Amino acid sequence: MATPRSTLQIRTSEDIVRVRQEVRARAIEAGLGLVDQTKIVTAASELARNTLEYGRGGEARLEMLQDHGRRGLRIVFEDRGPGIPDIDQALRDGFTTGKGMGLGLGGARRLCNEFNIVSAPGEGTRITIARWK
Amino acid sequence: MDSPPASRLPSILDAHADDILSEWIARLRSGGADDRISEVERERQASGFLQRMIEAIRASGVADIEGPAFEPLREMLSDISRSRAMQGFSPTESALFVFSLKQPLFHRLGLAWGKDAEGLARDVWAVTLLIDALGLRMMEAWQKTREEVIIRQQQEIAELSTPVVKLWQGILALPLIGTLDSSRTQVVMENLLESIVQHEADIAIIDITGVPTVDTLVAQHLLKTVAAARLMGADCIISGIRPQIAQTMVHLGVELNVISKANLSDAFALALRRIGRAVVRTKSPVPVMGTAHGE
Amino acid sequence: MASDVGDRIPILKLGDALLVTIQVDMHDRLALALEDDLTNRIVQTSAKGVLIDISALEIVDSFIGRTLASIAQIARVLDAETVVVGMRPAVAITLVELGLSLPGVRTALNAERGMALIRTHRADELDADPDGDAA
Repeated sequence: MATPRSTLQIRTSEDIVRVRQEVRARAIEAGLGLVDQTKIVTAASELARNTLEYGRGGEARLEMLQDHGRRGLRIVFEDRGPGIPDIDQALRDGFTTGKGMGLGLGGARRLCNEFNIVSAPGEGTRITIARWK
Repeated sequence: MDSPPASRLPSILDAHADDILSEWIARLRSGGADDRISEVERERQASGFLQRMIEAIRASGVADIEGPAFEPLREMLSDISRSRAMQGFSPTESALFVFSLKQPLFHRLGLAWGKDAEGLARDVWAVTLLIDALGLRMMEAWQKTREEVIIRQQQEIAELSTPVVKLWQGILALPLIGTLDSSRTQVVMENLLESIVQHEADIAIIDITGVPTVDTLVAQHLLKTVAAARLMGADCIISGIRPQIAQTMVHLGVELNVISKANLSDAFALALRRIGRAVVRTKSPVPVMGTAHGE
Repeated sequence: MASDVGDRIPILKLGDALLVTIQVDMHDRLALALEDDLTNRIVQTSAKGVLIDISALEIVDSFIGRTLASIAQIARVLDAETVVVGMRPAVAITLVELGLSLPGVRTALNAERGMALIRTHRADELDADPDGDAA
């Protein structure tokens, strides 16, 4: 069961900060411990930056999760940018086409319980992450 | 127009509550004495339960067990179920408490309806639905309690087994004992890092003498902890590594970044040197003073 | 774009060290501005040490981590030693999980220890120890 909560636009680097703050607030609401909060906020920061830099901007949607008493938080990052031609390659540490260290995607995946990526060249990218309590 | 005759259950319950209760208790008792729960307690639960059921049915009939009239009954059911789960009753045993009320009720319904099979069938069906719903609720409450118990125990075990000990100003030790699974290791390591901040420790010794095996995942956790401690500005020393664990670690490429010592005392000596301290011999050993009464 | 006056992180000078306390959730341009400002101030003041206190930071992502690492490298080129102090446990665990261990960045538990580290580093250098990095 998921409750849609909020949608945040990602257009500037200040928006990345806004995503971090919103994710933090929701993670606390979902009852995540401090380390888990920090992990999902960091993952969200990485992915929001991806959306901004490679996807030419987009949005982040936050959902609270509830499953048999377990609570969690899901975030969907979506852009209409150029898409990712080779997802496996993009997930590898050290791979980068931009100015980061190439830890964005692979690193974010390690920080989440669920990680799902859908992308097609020319159509954009949608990355879904979740962290459970 | 014939509307179906009203359920006779409410009037039966009013007239024969005591008989039903004693028949029910007899059924409960037929399973034999049980040292997990006293006779008195069991009877108190049965009579309280029946009392609340009668009140609920009087107020709103048998159909609406989710309604407000059944609230006291539902609450009592959860309480009983919770205490049974804690006392170690199985789910079947717990649910039987409720299900064994069926026979006394059916028996009374049979007497009340006599040869009117249609009326009897309708009332039996209504009672069956009611008791089944209550029984299922009991099972659910039982399971929920058990889950809570398991979670609490897991937390207790995780916390109990992670004492971070201060060996000296600035030196902490974490003597790990027992099998390390991934989730326990995580808790332990978070604890250690928090303690480093709390005690402003320069060095933490992770002693794994009491750890029988280290799988690759756990070894990685250890390594990550060492790396995290370094990011915070503290060093870790791992001590007490068994031969086969040493092999695992080497195969993981661990020996590159971790300071390790064969045992805790060597690690402590190194830690003291690091913070510029030394242990020196005094002139003569001082006997340890003991008291007859302990503390 | 709203860019208010406080949109820069203050740098304090303490003896021959520079002191930066990051107290806000830094956006990327702010991090880059800090790198620029610190580089300039190191040259201006001939600082020999840079102390960056991140105890107020609730996260360090790869961008901030990378910025810290470049500051340390740039400072080293300019003959100053950088110490990052006060990283929180949860932040450290997350950074490691992310795959970032900030090699080449010195760390300390708090500002006091960090300053001591900078001082000993200077003292070691003045002793003309050819091998500055003891094991």
